Amino acid sequence: MLILCSVIVLGPLFAAILIGLAGKILGRKCSHWIANIGVALSFFLSTVVLYQIATGAEPAFNENIYTWLEAGGVSFHIGFLIDTLTALMMVVVTFVSWMVHIYTIGYMSEDSGYQRFFSYISLFTFSMLMLVMSNNFLQLFFGWEAVGLVSYLLIGFWFKKESAIYANLKAFLVNRVGDFGFLLGIAGILMYFGSLDYATVFEMSGLLEGETFSILPGLVWESATVLCILLFIGAMGKSAQVPLHVWLPDSMEGPTPISALIHAATMVTAGIFMVARMSPLYEMSPTALEFIMVIGALTAFFMGLLGLVQNDIKRVVAYSTLSQLGYMTVALGASAYAAAIFHLFTHAFFKALLFLGAGSVIIGMHHVQDMRHMGGLKKFLPVTYWTCLIGTLALIGFPGFSGFYSKDMIIEVVYAVGTPLSGIIYWALLFGVFVTALYSFRLLFLVFHGEERFNEETRSHLSESPYVVTIPLMALAVPSVLIGAIFVESALFGDFFNESIRVGEDRNYLDLLGENFQGSLAMMTHGFVTLPFWAAISGIIVAWYLYLKAPNLPSTIASNFSIIHNVLNQKYGFDRFNSWFFSGGARGLGGLLWKRADIFFIDGVLVNGSAKLTEAAAFMVRKVQSGYLYHYAFGLIAGLLIFLLIFVY
Amino acid sequence: MVFRGSRSDSVKAEALIFSIVTFILSLVLLYNFDSSTAEMQFIERVSWIPVFGIEYFLGLDGISLPLVLLTTFITILVILAAGKSIGDRLGFYLGAFLILEGVMVGVFAALDAVLFYVFWEAMLIPMFLIIGIWGGSNRVYATIKFFLYTLLGSLLMLVALLYLYYVTGTFAIESMQSAPLNLLEQQLLFLAFLMAFAVKVPMWPVHTWLPDAHVEAPTGGSVILAAVMLKMGGYGFLRFSLPVAPDAAASLDSLMIALSLVAVVYIGLVALVQEDMKKLIAYSSISHMGFVTLGLFVVFTVAAETGDWNDATMGVEGAMVQMISHGFISGALFLCVGVLYERVHSRQIKDYGGVANPMPVFAAFMMLFAMANAGLPGTSGFVGEFLVIMTAFKASFWVAFLAGTTLILGAAYTLWMYKRVIFGAVLNDNVSSLCDVNKTETIILSTLAVAVLVVGIWPAPLLELMQPTIQNLIEHIANSKLR
Repeated sequence: MLILCSVIVLGPLFAAILIGLAGKILGRKCSHWIANIGVALSFFLSTVVLYQIATGAEPAFNENIYTWLEAGGVSFHIGFLIDTLTALMMVVVTFVSWMVHIYTIGYMSEDSGYQRFFSYISLFTFSMLMLVMSNNFLQLFFGWEAVGLVSYLLIGFWFKKESAIYANLKAFLVNRVGDFGFLLGIAGILMYFGSLDYATVFEMSGLLEGETFSILPGLVWESATVLCILLFIGAMGKSAQVPLHVWLPDSMEGPTPISALIHAATMVTAGIFMVARMSPLYEMSPTALEFIMVIGALTAFFMGLLGLVQNDIKRVVAYSTLSQLGYMTVALGASAYAAAIFHLFTHAFFKALLFLGAGSVIIGMHHVQDMRHMGGLKKFLPVTYWTCLIGTLALIGFPGFSGFYSKDMIIEVVYAVGTPLSGIIYWALLFGVFVTALYSFRLLFLVFHGEERFNEETRSHLSESPYVVTIPLMALAVPSVLIGAIFVESALFGDFFNESIRVGEDRNYLDLLGENFQGSLAMMTHGFVTLPFWAAISGIIVAWYLYLKAPNLPSTIASNFSIIHNVLNQKYGFDRFNSWFFSGGARGLGGLLWKRADIFFIDGVLVNGSAKLTEAAAFMVRKVQSGYLYHYAFGLIAGLLIFLLIFVY
Repeated sequence: MVFRGSRSDSVKAEALIFSIVTFILSLVLLYNFDSSTAEMQFIERVSWIPVFGIEYFLGLDGISLPLVLLTTFITILVILAAGKSIGDRLGFYLGAFLILEGVMVGVFAALDAVLFYVFWEAMLIPMFLIIGIWGGSNRVYATIKFFLYTLLGSLLMLVALLYLYYVTGTFAIESMQSAPLNLLEQQLLFLAFLMAFAVKVPMWPVHTWLPDAHVEAPTGGSVILAAVMLKMGGYGFLRFSLPVAPDAAASLDSLMIALSLVAVVYIGLVALVQEDMKKLIAYSSISHMGFVTLGLFVVFTVAAETGDWNDATMGVEGAMVQMISHGFISGALFLCVGVLYERVHSRQIKDYGGVANPMPVFAAFMMLFAMANAGLPGTSGFVGEFLVIMTAFKASFWVAFLAGTTLILGAAYTLWMYKRVIFGAVLNDNVSSLCDVNKTETIILSTLAVAVLVVGIWPAPLLELMQPTIQNLIEHIANSKLR
C-alpha cells in the first residue's frame, strides 16, 4: 500500500519537475504525454486503492514515510492516512485532473506557455494529493499552502494581463488570511495534544471536554470552540466562504481548465474535506458547528444572488460554485459530514463539466466571455450544449441527476436539525435552489438559445471544439448523471464513512433521514413532489420567461429596482471595503510608521540628533581652545582661585 | 590574501579557490563532528597574553558549526557573484571578503572573550571598506552610521566582558557562563550585551542603520551583511546573554517579546511601502529576524506557563533554523536584486515591470525565493517561523497571533514587489533589452534554491546537528543562578 500510494503521489510530481525543468527540450507533444501519463497512472492506482479500501480487502492504512523534524520532544512526520474518505477524494482529484489534462491539450494549444501550464497542473495534482492523503496536520498545511501557491501561479498564468496579476495576488493574500487562522489552530492543537498526528489527536479529542481558553481577560471560551473556529478560518479562505470569498470570482482570470480543476472541483473543496476529516474535533463544539452553519448559509444565499447579474459566462459559474460550497458548509454545520462530502463528490463532476463546457464555448467564440454577445449556439456546439444541459440539471438538483441526491439530502438534513436557526437556514437554502435554477438556466438560455447576438465574422468560424475537448465533457457527463443514484445509499446511510467520520450520538441527523430512506429510485420519484423540486422548476420557468419570452424585461426590472441591482453589481461592497480598509489601511499605516517613526523620530531625532548634539557640544568646547596664551592663563588663575575657595571653606 | 595588480579574472579564480577550499574544510569539520554531544569540539587552545590569561581558544559546538558552514558557503557565492560593477579594484574587493570570512568564522569559533571581542570588532573594518569604497552614492553617511551604531553597542559589551573577568578571573567564555551573579548584576550585564546584540540583529528601535547600509552596499556586501552578519546578534544571545544572565533574561522576557513583535508587525508594515527593492528586503530581514529573538525569549514565558522546558527547546531550535534559513533567503534575494542592478543600474521598483518576459528563468528563481521569504511550507522560510509560532502559542494566544501576521504581511510585501517587478507587460526600455541569467548567475541561484528546498523539505538533519547543544543550553538556563 505504501508503494502504491507513493507512486500515486510521485507520478504527477515527477511529471511536474521534468516538464518544469526540461519543457523546452521535451517539446509540446512529449510534455503533454508525460503529464497525462503521470496523472492517468495516479487515477488508475487511486481506483485500485478505493476498491481495496471500500471492499475491506485492505484495512485503513496509516503510516509515516519520514520524519520532517524533531523538536522539543515532538516529532513531525510526512505520512499517509488512507481510509474511505481519503480514497474517495483521491479518485475525484485524479479523475477530474486527468480530464482537465486531456482538455488542456485542446484549450491551450495556441498558448506559448504550453509546457509551463502542464508543469503547473501536474504540480497541483501532487499538492492536492498530499493534502488529502496526509495523516497529520502539518502535512495538511503543506498541501494546503502548496495548492494555494499553484493556484496563485495559475491565476496569474497570463502574467502580462494586469487584471490577472491583480487577481492572483488577491487570491494568495486572502488565502493567507485564512491560513493565518489555520496555523494558529494547528498551534492550539499542538498545545493541547502534544502531537499533530490525526490518529493521536482524534483519539484524545475527549481531552478538550471542559477545557477553557481565555482569549481576553474576562472573555473565556471553550477550547474546542476556539480551536475549531481557528481551523475553520482556514477553510473559509480556501473554500471561499463569506467574508473570505472575494478571491474566487476574480480567480476566473486564469485559464478555464484550472477554473474547472482548482476553483471548482478540487482545491476549493479542501476546506470542506478538512472539516469532515476533523469531525471528531468539531463534534466537541456545537457552538463552532453553529457558526459554520451560519457562514455556510450566508455564502449559499447571498453568493447565489450575485450569479443573477453577472454577464461573464465564467463568473456566473464561479458564483454558483460559491453558493454550492455554502451548501456543503451548511451540511458540515449540521454534523452531516457525509452529506457534505457526498455533495463535494457529485459537485466535482458536474461543476468541472460546466466549467469545461464554458471553456468550450469560449474557444468557439474565440475568447469572448460576455454572454450578451452569444445566443443560439446550440446548433453550432451540439456536444457542448447537451453536456452543459446535463451539468445544469445536475446543478439545480433535477430528480435523478447526481446533484439531486446530494443537495436534496443537505436541505433535508438541515430541516431535521430542528432548531429555530436551522429553520431559517432551511428556507434560505430552498430559496437558494430557486436562484440556482434561475441563473443556471439564464446562462443556458443566453448562451445556447434565442437570437444570435454576434457578428457574421464570428459566425463564420464557429464550430464544435476538437475531440480532446469534447471527450472530457462526455466523460464528465456520465458521472454527473449516474453517481448520485449509485452511491447515495452507501455514502449517506451505509457504513462507507464509518471509520473516517465520527458524529456524536445526539447529532446524527443523517441517521434520522435514513429511517425513511427506501432506495435511490424511491427517492427520485419522491423528488418530484418535494419543495426543492418546485423551487427549481419555478426558477427555470422564470428564466425562460425573462430571457427567452420577454428578453427586454430584465433591464426594466433592473432599472426599477436599481438599488438592489446596484448592491448586487457592487457585490455587496466587499471588494471596495477591503481595498479601502485593509489594503489602503495597511499601506497608510506602513507609510506613517516609516516616515514618522523611523525616519523622523528614530533617525532624525535620536540618531542624527545625538550626532548633532555632539557636534554642537564640540563646537562650544572648541571656543575655549582659542590658542591665545592669555586665555589659558586666565583659565589657570580662575581655576586656582576656585580651587582655593573650595579648599578654604 | 590581497591580490594586488593581478588581472581581474585570475584574481577571481584565486579567491574562488580559497573560498572553496575553506568551505571544503568546514565540510570536513561537519563530517567529523559528533552530533551526539554538547561538548565543544575541534578545540585549539594556545596561550596568547598570559599576563591576563587571554588565550587563542577556538572550538565549535552545535550552535556555531551551522553558522560557520553558512558563512563559508555564502562567501563562495559572493565571490562568484562579484561582477562588472565592482570596477578595477576587484582584488581588494575580494580580499576584503576573504578577510571578512576569516573574521566571521573567528567570531563563531572564539571561546575566549577577548578573542571574541577582537574578531567582533575586526569584522567592522572590511565591511566598512566594502560599503565605503564600492558602495552607492550616499555611502559615506551609511558607513559612518553603520560603524558608529555597531561600535557603540559593542563598547558596552566590552565593559560587560571585563566585569565578567573581574568576577571569574578568566576570559574563557565557558567559565563566564557559569559565573555566579545576583539578579541586579545579571540585569545590568544583560542590558549591556543587549546593546551590542540588538544593534546587530537588528532589533527595533536600533535598526535604522540596516536599510541605509544595505542600500549603499554593493551586492556582495548586502549578501554577507544580511546572510551572516545579522546572525552575530542571535549568536551573541545564545552564547552570552542567555547562559550568563538567565534570570535577567527571564525577568526581562516581556520586553524582548514586545520588541520582537514590534519588529514583526511594525517593520512588516514599513516594508510594505518601500519603493527601493533593497530597502524592502532589508526591512523584511529585520522583520524575519524578529522571529529569532522571539523564539529565543518566548521560551521563558512558555516555561513559566507550562513548567516544561521541553517546549523551550522548540523555540530556540526554531530561532536557530530561522537564522540559517534567513541566511539563504535574504542572500538569495539580494543576489536577485544584484542581477537586476547589474543590468539596469536601478533599485527602484518603478523602473521595472514585466521582467518575466525577457528573463523567464530569473523570474522562476525569484519566485521561489519570494515564496520562501513569504514562509511557504516546503521552503526553509517556513520551518523556523512554524516552530516559533508553535512555541509562542503556548506562551499566549496574542503573541502567536501577532507573530502569525507575518503570514499575511510577509506575503503582501514580498509578492506585491514581485508583481510590480516581474509580472505585467513590459513598459519601459530598461526591461525590454534585458538578457536572462548567465551561467554563473544560474549556478549561484540554483545552489541557493537547492539549499532553501532541502532545509524546507527535510530539516531533520540540521536540527539533529544542534539538538544536544541546545538541549544543554536549555538545561543550563533552566537552573536559576539565584539561590
